[in-house]
Amino acid sequence: MKKFFAFALVLVMVVALAVPAYAANPVVKIGVFEPQTGDNGAGGKQEILGMQYANSVQPTVEIAGVEYDVQLEIVDNRTNAENGPSAAAELVNRDVSVVLGSYGSGVSMAGGTVFQEAGVPAIGVTCTNPQVTSDCDVYFRICFLDPFQGTVHANYAVNEVGTMKAYTLAMLGSDYDQGLVYYFTQAFEALGGEVISEDFPEATSNFVSYINNAKAAGAGVIFAPVSTNYAQLIIEAASAQGYEGQLLGSDTWDNNMVVESSTGKDVEIKITTFYQEGGNPEFDEGIKAWMNANPDALTNNGGNDMVSAVTAMGYDAYFVALEAIKAAGDTDPAAVLEALPGVSYEGVSGLIEFDEIGDAKRDQAYIKTANTAEGVWEFVKVQGIG
Amino acid sequence: MEALLPYIINGISAGGQYALIAIGYTMVYGILRLINFAHGDVFMVAGLIMVYTTTSMPLYISIPIVLVCTVVLGFVIERVAYKPLRSAPRMSLMISAIGVSYLIQNLAFYITGGLPKPVLNPIPWVSDTITIFGALTKRVTLITPILTLVLVFVLVYLIKNTKIGMGMRAASKDFETAQLMGVKINSVISFTFIVGSFLAAVGSILYFTNYPSVAITSGSLPGLRAFIAAVFGGIGSIPGAVVGAFIIGLCEELIKGLGYSTFSDAFTFALLIVVLCVKPTGLFGEKVTDKV
Repeated sequence: MKKFFAFALVLVMVVALAVPAYAANPVVKIGVFEPQTGDNGAGGKQEILGMQYANSVQPTVEIAGVEYDVQLEIVDNRTNAENGPSAAAELVNRDVSVVLGSYGSGVSMAGGTVFQEAGVPAIGVTCTNPQVTSDCDVYFRICFLDPFQGTVHANYAVNEVGTMKAYTLAMLGSDYDQGLVYYFTQAFEALGGEVISEDFPEATSNFVSYINNAKAAGAGVIFAPVSTNYAQLIIEAASAQGYEGQLLGSDTWDNNMVVESSTGKDVEIKITTFYQEGGNPEFDEGIKAWMNANPDALTNNGGNDMVSAVTAMGYDAYFVALEAIKAAGDTDPAAVLEALPGVSYEGVSGLIEFDEIGDAKRDQAYIKTANTAEGVWEFVKVQGIG
Repeated sequence: MEALLPYIINGISAGGQYALIAIGYTMVYGILRLINFAHGDVFMVAGLIMVYTTTSMPLYISIPIVLVCTVVLGFVIERVAYKPLRSAPRMSLMISAIGVSYLIQNLAFYITGGLPKPVLNPIPWVSDTITIFGALTKRVTLITPILTLVLVFVLVYLIKNTKIGMGMRAASKDFETAQLMGVKINSVISFTFIVGSFLAAVGSILYFTNYPSVAITSGSLPGLRAFIAAVFGGIGSIPGAVVGAFIIGLCEELIKGLGYSTFSDAFTFALLIVVLCVKPTGLFGEKVTDKV
């Protein structure tokens, strides 16, 4: 009996392994290097949604006259830089031609070294720290950078909010948080302002005293480029402590969970982001219909069909990757890497072209505010740093 | 003073929350000589149950459910993971506790999908914002220390004046002799875990009303601080755990108020080391005499 079970089990395993071999078209694999768990899990999942939707819109690609099926290979890098290299290695082992991601700069840098060794090109979707591309030859990116984003916030605080005192809050050991605070501080001080900076350890949930510090210092804005989880708690604390200035959030704040947690609270929130719903009605409509037809997608989006900017960016990243594969005329990572710098693609978030470092040429950010009465993001303006 | 007031209020509240968790550590240690590493995770699970129940049912059902489920969890952990190891070396028990801790975290990871869960329907009234002496805070901040003290008095009364309390005291003095004297050791230990889990559940409800987001690691930091509070006050001593928790909570918030927020955790651990060097049994700890 036991032998029979063992035999049956082996048979099932063999069949399970053999089935994918029956696919009709040859397959080209695109790696998805994103966090699905941890502090950035919510954002990572939304970014993946954009790629999955893009994959459902355009499931095939023609390479040198042959029709290929595009297969997304998704791994979870768990937000942490420590897990980045193993997740990246997993993608390399699965023979992907190009990698998309990650949400979060720290883990992208950690994965970048592995991609570099393997010669696999990677397209950063919303990782904004400059070192992601500057320290890694195979990393490209389609979003704006932190020096730009930090400066936008500094300009906004001085020109629109009219304050000369800012308070910054960042997590200890987070490349993304600390990088943005650094660029914000530089720009804000160059404009003649004063910055008070504080850090909090990982897994903090009590932000009351930090908000009190900001109040005591008389800061007109709190700039907190933190993960969505902490953003929610900071909003809660700011509202409970009656903070009267504005909360400035970075692109990580552009998440349904953040805007929902601000619902019914007396706070003023401004964030910078890559895309605003309504920027491309055709895309909005398509992805909403897709999410509503797909319960898992809806759950991953935070339970409703609001289109997050990172989802739009994920969508664009997928098509940039297809363009590069088409231009390469080959599924070999080395060929794709060679073709990437020349790609020019008009995406839903705007024109995407790369400079010599591999960064997208972008000089504008969307500023959004949380409508705390209805719990939705509202467009404020497009801001450059000119 | 005016400027420090919000920090003091917040510190006392944080201390109350740590105290409720710390009692669970200290009681279990007092009787089993076991540091129950899963206690912080029981606290986190209570928060998760609260998230799920408050969104789907009214408050007068959901709060009892949180308390009952957490108590059941504490009871089951003891029966499944610790009871079979009662005669095993203490190190095995410790390893089992660590295993339970990871098991709970990973189960929670599986159920929540690894994402932090916001508390969307916080308990009304207690989560309202109020003003005391010009400092804004939530009402729960005031309720926490008062409720903590009331619960501690009830607990101390229970231990001093009831039969099961006597059993607990006997077991903590000498486990085997108590057993020989007819103390039903298994029910005493189960009761200890039930009380500890109940207090952790109350602490969890207060904590996540104040900071409304439950991540699977949410139990680790408060659990660690509560553990330090228990050691600080003298592990095994209930008044010690409470005093220790209030001191840790106040110090932590005052350090943030003085502008050294980066070092608030480092300070807590440094304090622990200093106390252990100067007074190895903690503030209220009994002097251990090795039995021959």
